Amino acid sequence: MTRSTIELRATPEDIRVARHGAAAIALTVAEAAIPLPLPGVKPGLGNIITLVVLARWGWREAAWVALLRVVAGSLLLGQFLAPGFFLSLTGGVLSLIVLALARHLPARWFGPVSQSILAAIAHISGQILVARLWLVPHDGIFYLVPVFALAAVVFGTVNGLVAARILAGVDAPGAGGAGQGEGPGASSGSVGDSRKGARWRVGLLR
Amino acid sequence: MTHGARAWLALIRPGDWLVMGGGLLLAGYSVLVLARAGVPDGAEIRARGNVVARLKLDRPQTVEVEGPLGMTRIEIQPGRARVAADPGPRQYCVRQGWLSRAGAVAICAPNQVTLALTGGRVAYDSLNY
Repeated sequence: MTRSTIELRATPEDIRVARHGAAAIALTVAEAAIPLPLPGVKPGLGNIITLVVLARWGWREAAWVALLRVVAGSLLLGQFLAPGFFLSLTGGVLSLIVLALARHLPARWFGPVSQSILAAIAHISGQILVARLWLVPHDGIFYLVPVFALAAVVFGTVNGLVAARILAGVDAPGAGGAGQGEGPGASSGSVGDSRKGARWRVGLLR
Repeated sequence: MTHGARAWLALIRPGDWLVMGGGLLLAGYSVLVLARAGVPDGAEIRARGNVVARLKLDRPQTVEVEGPLGMTRIEIQPGRARVAADPGPRQYCVRQGWLSRAGAVAICAPNQVTLALTGGRVAYDSLNY
């Protein structure tokens, strides 16, 4: 066999993006199995990864991971180029723009939870906007705004907390060890909890 | 509160509470705006295409309007209005019951009387029949 003349060399950054993207896509696919009462309202667990990557590796990589998740996640779920895909894409792009600004908030006061909520609100805003302009050209769709806004705050908080927990575990000294030093106020949770934390860390850190 | 919950709480920074509160306020505010958008501020009664009365929906009253077939009786109560009686054969406008959203219309076509609630954001701006 002739040797390929094209050589693609994956940089460490490429590998990180791929690894984080895979984690985010897995969460998106897993989340699709959860039955939800309203189309468009979902936890967006994949955004936990976006937040972690944003904090650890910067906005550029976070954007790669988020957009890879939208595209590859929709391919896996058979939603590529379907209306839901464009809703996710608009929401994803808007929340990335908001995250680009929100990450400059003073870290002493605003953590991943703030970033997560702000991004979630940007996400639903984009979704509702596209839905109003294109899918449901009627003002009746605005009656869903309270539901969407509440979901954004609740799921944004939960995702932000999980991201903060992962980051606290990752950044704490000696975090590589099993279940040690989970950051501020840690040494807590059940055994199962800390073991799960350790697995997370292994998955995200390597 | 369990020890585990306290560990989670420790991850929330002061400003995060602010953002959370702001988000909840936003949700609450959107409920208020939407609720107000549907509240009617008055009733408009037309006969033979001409406006015969514009009434506020603040106190109970009854209005009688003359049409080609006879009298149509319209009843107003705070925040709502209905056609209470109409000489038309099919009684569609009567059976529509109480109207309580801005833009709602009851049309008594045979007697050429309409009752419409005005105000706020009207959901549609014209009807053809």
